Amino acid sequence: MTDALHAEWTKLRTLAGTSWLLVAVVAVTVALGVAASAAVTCADVSCGQDPAKVSLTGIGLGQAVVAILAVLAVSGEYSSGMARLTFTAMPRRTTVLAAKAAAVSGLALAAGTIAVLASIVVGRIVLPGNGFTAAHGFRVLSLADGPVLRAAVGSVLYLVLVGLFSLGVATAVRDSAMAIGLVLGVLYLVPIVAAVIGDPRWQRRLEQYAPMQAGLSVQATVNVAAQPIAPWAGLGVLAAWATGALLVGGVVLRVRDA
Amino acid sequence: MKDLLHAEWTKFRTVRGWGIGMLVAVALTVLIGLLGPAATTISCQGPDGQACVKQAPPTGPDGEVVDDSFYFVHQPLTGDGTISARVTSLTGLYAPGGTRQAGVGTAGMRPGVQPWTKAGIIVKDGTRQGSQYAAVMVTGGNGVRMQSNYIHDTAGTAGPWLRLTRTGDTLTGYSSVNGTQWTRIGAASLSGLPSTVQIGLFVTSPGYTVITQSFGGGSSRGGPTTATAGFDQVSPGGTWTGEAVGGQVSLSPGFQRAGDTFTLTGSGDIAPSVAGRGDGARIEDTLVGAFAGLIVIVVVATMFMTGEYRRGLIRTTFAASPWRGRVLAAKAVVIGAVTFVTGLVAAAVAVPLVRHFELVKGFTVLPVSVPTELRVMIGVAALLAVAAVLALAVGTLVRRSAGAVTAVIVAIVLPYILAVASVLPAGAAEWLTRFTPAAAFAIEQSMPAYPQVTASYTPADGYFPLSPLAGFAVLCGYAALALGAAFLVLRRRDA
Repeated sequence: MTDALHAEWTKLRTLAGTSWLLVAVVAVTVALGVAASAAVTCADVSCGQDPAKVSLTGIGLGQAVVAILAVLAVSGEYSSGMARLTFTAMPRRTTVLAAKAAAVSGLALAAGTIAVLASIVVGRIVLPGNGFTAAHGFRVLSLADGPVLRAAVGSVLYLVLVGLFSLGVATAVRDSAMAIGLVLGVLYLVPIVAAVIGDPRWQRRLEQYAPMQAGLSVQATVNVAAQPIAPWAGLGVLAAWATGALLVGGVVLRVRDA
Repeated sequence: MKDLLHAEWTKFRTVRGWGIGMLVAVALTVLIGLLGPAATTISCQGPDGQACVKQAPPTGPDGEVVDDSFYFVHQPLTGDGTISARVTSLTGLYAPGGTRQAGVGTAGMRPGVQPWTKAGIIVKDGTRQGSQYAAVMVTGGNGVRMQSNYIHDTAGTAGPWLRLTRTGDTLTGYSSVNGTQWTRIGAASLSGLPSTVQIGLFVTSPGYTVITQSFGGGSSRGGPTTATAGFDQVSPGGTWTGEAVGGQVSLSPGFQRAGDTFTLTGSGDIAPSVAGRGDGARIEDTLVGAFAGLIVIVVVATMFMTGEYRRGLIRTTFAASPWRGRVLAAKAVVIGAVTFVTGLVAAAVAVPLVRHFELVKGFTVLPVSVPTELRVMIGVAALLAVAAVLALAVGTLVRRSAGAVTAVIVAIVLPYILAVASVLPAGAAEWLTRFTPAAAFAIEQSMPAYPQVTASYTPADGYFPLSPLAGFAVLCGYAALALGAAFLVLRRRDA
């Protein structure tokens, strides 16, 4: 397993694209976070905004780059024919998948931590100027605050889980364009569909089981009880999606010819 | 060029996965559209728990859903004629959210008129809701106006004297400061107006609306209002009958006459009905599945180019036709045409089918005119086609599928999500739907925004800042830029 991990880590590390993608994860996440923090204002106590959620809006964009990273870790091998070499060297395919999962998780964890910390710092600086003040019932964003810490840690884990989900999907379908289309479709379509469903019960159900909306509920720090799903439970839903995708990917990988 | 088109079409046709992709795009568009009515049950209960009778909302002469509730003091007029009156006072009561007690009466309401509280004179084709009319009125905050057939609104000069003259099908409105010198406001042509119409005085007051910023842009909340207006110098004389058109009885409408002076109380509105999300099924809601279709189409269109690079076919392609710009153009034409047809088929299946299920499920379906329906359906197909060309161009620039697909999907879909369902305020949402490729979804907007109706007109409510064609042009601009860049890069770069 150590050898497999070492091999996957070397492959990912030495790809020119990887470092650029990691920089991109941080850059796009923080950029959207800055834009959202600058755009959202809070005029009074009842503005209904959640400062942690606002400053972490960029996760919705950063996840797309994490998905590219994870998809390329698998699909890149198939398109270049590297996969056959990999499986010749390491015939235990599930070990290869596990090693890939570990390597992708590590990278997502590192990039996600930097992106989330930077987003929180931006929110801490920008939001008090937009009315998120003590007079309106908001404390300055701080990781010493339990819910904010949960939102920050949860957002990093969210990116890791999106990476694992993408890895599973890519392993199952192999082609990078199809894999990324599937991943982004599953993540992004539900909020759009939910908006036209008039029935509040179904809307709630969608928000409870959709990977993006359930997963991002971990960012809630205000009015947590009113969320369709509790923060950690929501992240658990995304974890279930990731596990499911990895299982399917793993089974397909064992059964199919490379 | 013809050979090139033929070659590219053959390439597209013979890759089985791409044809299947187009079928999947159609299927997803239809199936996800059906999810809306399938996942919604309309339960309707009257105030005493009894099942309520489903009433279709009144529609105006142009087919749009309208509000048509007001207090009307009227008498018949046969042939040509004139009505005039002076509005001596206009006062109102409103209930800020939650302060009014349930039930009948105005207890707990505060004094104040709404910007579009209306009192004036009206010529109307009977007292049926949704019938043709022309009216001249004093408003609570928008001066003297002449309005006709719900959607037409013209600003007038100062009142308080109002006059409306019928000549055949033409109604001409005037206002005056003193009752002797009249200023013409405008004229309305009510085609097919019968010889006998109802003329008279009216007062109405729309719901109190506060637009607040919250999750997903703006939301409006409010409460009922009522208005009381005084009239004198009413001409012609004769017998007047009072009637609450639209059956608004909860806020004690009525009228009193003391000699020459009339006092009317009423509430409601005479205006196009502005629907927020959830007030009824719009035609664009039947096409929500087009987002799934879009993702599939972007994947296929990107692979149409990146696939050649991956398999090395691009070298053969360029060896056969060294004019690379033409190859790109031929690919763009083929993928654009194929996706346009795919989108058109998807829309032509999805719209009537989803509409049918919405009606079966008892939805309030908001009617649209045939031109609007065609514009929405062709517009969606065109949107998909241009998105495909954009994906092709980005695929040419990036050469790697994953990056290109992600870039295009994120550029089109993410701004829409952020504008419609996120923490961003209405201002940011409008910026996103004005300057990003997501502006193109304006081409799906079927309900126009009316300045004479106070409502929340944000992207989250389904109202885009740009007109349908201008929004679509934004996406075309991005596609043209990407295509231009791809053209330059293709010429300079080694294959």
